[in-house]
Amino acid sequence: MMNKQVRQLLAQYGSLPAALEDLGNDADLYAAGLSSHGSVQLMLALEDTFDVEFPDNLLNRKTFASISAIEAAVNGLVGERDAA
Amino acid sequence: MDLTLNASGADLLERARRVAAIAEKHADHVDAEGRFPREAVDALVSERLLSIQVPAELGGEDTGLPQIAEICTVLGQACAAAAMVFAMHHIKLSSLVSHGIDSAWHRSFMRQVVVDQLLLASATTEGGIGGNLRNSICAVSVEGDDCRLEKDATVISYGHYADAILITSRAHAEAASTDQVMTVFTRDQYTLERTHVWDTLGMRGTCSDGYLFKGQAPKEQILPKPFAEIAAQSMLATSHLLWGAVWYGIAVNAVTRAQAFVRAAARKSPGAPPPGALHLAEASSLLQLVKSSVVAGLERNEAAKADPELLSSMGFAVAMNNVKIGVSQTILTIINHALQITGIMGYKNGTPFSLGRHLRDAHSAQLMISNDRILANTSNLLLVHKQDTSLLG
Ligand SMILES: Cc1cc2nc3c(=O)[nH]c(=O)nc-3n(C[C@H](O)[C@H](O)[C@H](O)COP(=O)(O)OP(=O)(O)OC[C@H]3O[C@@H](n4cnc5c(N)ncnc54)[C@H](O)[C@@H]3O)c2cc1C
Repeated sequence: MMNKQVRQLLAQYGSLPAALEDLGNDADLYAAGLSSHGSVQLMLALEDTFDVEFPDNLLNRKTFASISAIEAAVNGLVGERDAA
Repeated sequence: MDLTLNASGADLLERARRVAAIAEKHADHVDAEGRFPREAVDALVSERLLSIQVPAELGGEDTGLPQIAEICTVLGQACAAAAMVFAMHHIKLSSLVSHGIDSAWHRSFMRQVVVDQLLLASATTEGGIGGNLRNSICAVSVEGDDCRLEKDATVISYGHYADAILITSRAHAEAASTDQVMTVFTRDQYTLERTHVWDTLGMRGTCSDGYLFKGQAPKEQILPKPFAEIAAQSMLATSHLLWGAVWYGIAVNAVTRAQAFVRAAARKSPGAPPPGALHLAEASSLLQLVKSSVVAGLERNEAAKADPELLSSMGFAVAMNNVKIGVSQTILTIINHALQITGIMGYKNGTPFSLGRHLRDAHSAQLMISNDRILANTSNLLLVHKQDTSLLG
């Protein structure tokens, strides 16, 4: 479910040159062409969709390195939100 | 961060000052003729300042970025072109030191930099891409044990005089434009066919002609890390900080000349405040801002150095971009104050107060990776990065 949504947002906002279907969950998104502009647009979309806010310590390359990494970060933030 | 606090710092400073004295003598000729600052670079070689950043285990002196920046400032006050050559060389070396330390070829190359005092140049800018350094059109192709690369490199500072060029490209023929690598080619491994002549307003001595680059080398000369990481973790910050130190040096020398002018006027008419004194006070305040910005950037970089996550964080990128923007804009205002103070004596060439070279050299700062590009990048990051509201932290 989360995976599908993340993929959808990545397709919509990530401006990747490659087709997303061919991309594994652990594939390097930067190698696939994710730019800093694309990652910011994607982050804004994730914040909006999941009603979370990325704290500054997650604003680095690692967080957006792969689809799994994004999922893990968003899952963590959603968990924190629901616990609060 | 006082360089003279320890013996090795004081020694570095003395060596840098000897180079600066030579650079200063030839600065006007280098500028007028648009020629390579040969005397200054020879002096850098004989003072062995081209290898100070290399780790001691590889024969270097383990010198850190703050010390190298101080040398950039010393040289920048004498000859901005020579200072920029020194800065750009060390920016390239920082990529090797940070990202080539685990690779046998690059380790042995660093030893060679020490032994032969090799001068390293940079080719990121590409025809059709301009200063958008995180994109390439050209691609390196690996065949067997070798790699080949052809690049329309529209600006390579001192390309003709360099002993090696560190050059960016896509990682392979099918790679996305942002999937880049950086490769070291030594002088015997490439040809340069000149395509653009560097006849410019300022920074004329950097001899940044454009070339069609064609190289072939063993494939292990490709740096083992993606260029995205190299850019984020060493090159961008190092560039902005060392460039900033050179630019600060240009402004310092302009203010020094203006101050000498004001003091001479004050001596001529004791009691009456010399005209221009208020401009000098304003320039002094701005100069302090520039210095603080570069020093704070250097301190932040030292603090982040040990932590790759901090180095590739948005907050760090915003801070380094801000150093570049602030310094490159403010030095123009400072030098303009200096020109107001010195008047015709500053406007004319060949006087002790001449500022034409300073003003022309300083104008390159906004273009060297266009400020518009950097502002566009920062404004994108600020959509998500929260403003730092603290004073000290
Ligand atoms: C003294 C000096 C030495 C240099 N040495 C080297 C070197 O050794 N090696 C090297 O590779 N390069 C070098 N460069 C080149 C430099 O790093 C930049 O790549 C180059 O100055 C950019 O050239 P440009 O302005 O034509 O290109 P662009 O970056 O394409 O910019 C052209 C204009 O378009 C605008 N623009 C274009 N795209 C955007 C955008 N996306 N957002 C906002 N504005 C945009 C810019 O504001 C700019 O005015 C050097 C430059 C200088 C001044």
